Amino acid sequence: MTTTLTKPPGAAPAAPPPPRPRKPRGRFTPYWLLLPGILWLLVFFALPMVYQASTSVQTGSLEDGFQVTWHFATYWEALAEYWPQFLRSVLYAGAATVLCLALGYPLAYLIAFRAGRWRGVVLILVIAPFFTSFLIRTLAWKTILSDGGPVVSVLNSLHVLDVTSWLGLTQGDRLLATPLAVICGLTYNFLPFMILPLYTSLERIDGRLHAAAGDLYANPFTTFRKVTFPLSMPGVVSGTLLTFIPASGDYVNADLLGSTDTRMIGNVIQTQFLRILDYPTAAALSFILMAAILFIVTFYIRKSGTEDLV
Amino acid sequence: MTTDRGGDVRLSGISKTYGMFTAVHPLDLTVPEGSFFALLGASGCGKTTTLRMIAGLEEPTTGSVLLGERDVTGLPPYKRPVNTVFQSYALFPHLDVFENVAFGLRRRGVKSVRGQVGDMLDLVELGDFARRKPHQLSGGQQQRVAVARALINHPQVLLLDEPLGALDLKLRRQMQLELKRIQTEVGITFVHVTHDQEEAMTMADQVAVMNGGRVEQLGAPTDLYETPRTTFVANFLGTSNLVPARFDGRSGDDLLLRAGDAPLTLPTARNGAAATTGPVLLGIRPEKVSLVPATDAASVPDGRNRLTGSVRATSFIGVSTQYVIDSPVCAGFEVYVQNVERDTRLVPGADVVLHWNPAHSFGLDATQDIDAGSASVEEDAAA
Repeated sequence: MTTTLTKPPGAAPAAPPPPRPRKPRGRFTPYWLLLPGILWLLVFFALPMVYQASTSVQTGSLEDGFQVTWHFATYWEALAEYWPQFLRSVLYAGAATVLCLALGYPLAYLIAFRAGRWRGVVLILVIAPFFTSFLIRTLAWKTILSDGGPVVSVLNSLHVLDVTSWLGLTQGDRLLATPLAVICGLTYNFLPFMILPLYTSLERIDGRLHAAAGDLYANPFTTFRKVTFPLSMPGVVSGTLLTFIPASGDYVNADLLGSTDTRMIGNVIQTQFLRILDYPTAAALSFILMAAILFIVTFYIRKSGTEDLV
Repeated sequence: MTTDRGGDVRLSGISKTYGMFTAVHPLDLTVPEGSFFALLGASGCGKTTTLRMIAGLEEPTTGSVLLGERDVTGLPPYKRPVNTVFQSYALFPHLDVFENVAFGLRRRGVKSVRGQVGDMLDLVELGDFARRKPHQLSGGQQQRVAVARALINHPQVLLLDEPLGALDLKLRRQMQLELKRIQTEVGITFVHVTHDQEEAMTMADQVAVMNGGRVEQLGAPTDLYETPRTTFVANFLGTSNLVPARFDGRSGDDLLLRAGDAPLTLPTARNGAAATTGPVLLGIRPEKVSLVPATDAASVPDGRNRLTGSVRATSFIGVSTQYVIDSPVCAGFEVYVQNVERDTRLVPGADVVLHWNPAHSFGLDATQDIDAGSASVEEDAAA
């Protein structure tokens, strides 16, 4: 519909009113809105980081006080002494992440595409463990995996423990205080962080794409491989990051479910800070861990090629 | 081209029920090989369900689907030589145009797809867009990718599920011609689902009008338009004036009718009602009717069907003028008059005589709902 506004005949061709100069109103509003967040990050992230960085290059002792002496050698010494724990952290966290993906993907897929009206219930079940404390849940696992417990006896009678023992994941007839126990604990504790992003990205996939793939000669498996999985990559990437990053710095699982042989870097940092009171080493270890994670994550995101999907 | 094209699509006794609801009543339908076939109907009439059963996306409750001599009823969609252009296109968002089009070829293990994809993109005039992602394309371009992606597999049948629904009117007209051109060029059987009667009539060789899970009438667009067999078809395809009348004897090849006091004639061959006694609906298309002021009634030649009435409203729409006439036997009788010589006496309130060639009349069974199909027409016009 075109609407033509015609001037009444005889009306003088009035000049259009000069455009009012627009006041740059609200130009600063976004910055005002950012202010609380920026302040928060400044006080609780940037300042501690600077403080940590300075701690890491100090020398001295608790009695004499610490002085900034730009002693970078702390980094090399820490790395030289604790590289096995670093490696172990990456391996345990990596194993837990892979397990989380293997367990979480089918579940997320089921919730997104098959759960129907049970979707909400299952999602609540996924989140339900968060209603109790992380510590309590890990302690519960201690009971579950305990030496005389049902899990150990079942696995033992099925000779599963022989296999894991051979792989170096367990020792003898024990499950508790073994690498497997720590990995299981990590997997259990971080599983929801894998499932939720996976679910979100799977749920966003248009179901008609499955029909289209089927129509174009893709069997269900090929449809998953060529359509569903690539489209869920953003969820896979964010899920693995949300699992791997906290898992590699975690110390509770290694502490409660592991032994001295399963100490992760988080345990070392905790000990250095709270028991040995060697603040510079603890700070240096934290920075090394951060750098390592940043490096791994950058490499991973590059490799998965999801920059334009995320 | 060759004999392995597989022949006709045959649906025999096919039906679909969801719980208590019957989406498609047992249905027999043959789509001739190489034809452009339209399933036309309002939303919820079962046309899309029928299409999905051919594609294999829906399992029929009873009956079977045959492609040529081959029964494909039990085959999953990925094993059927059939491809679909989906309503929302359903292009793969993570693949570029080239890979979208190549998808079907790659799944069937075709090694060198470059040449074929290139040719297909040229056919739909998208050669320069091969490396774009679907979200970087306009609606019309996405639609052409969807057509190319399906056609490249040389299916026995191409199924189109309201493929033009998301496009604006101008683009839709253009794509209608485009699709018709492609169909003529490749010679593949097209089965097109649409609720747009104009679209069905412009594109298809054969139209099946569906209503309430049943095929109301099947035929060439001109047959459906000129000789509708049900009130639904008469009202859904274009506009019809339906005059309630009674049979009043016969004369030669004609049936004599009476509407109120007015005698009307209907050729026996054009009577769609089963009976030749009792009530009947006499139909006539608005553009077939002529209009003269009541004072000129004497100028109407003999042998024409005639009714009297008065003009309720007129609207001038350029090529023609539409008149709404209130006749004692039929309120709201519509007449379209070409704007050749406009009679200035035909203004609202004027008494007029309507007349038409009896050969253009059609008879319909009076037990049907006289307004069937017209509500959905209004709905579409409003949308």
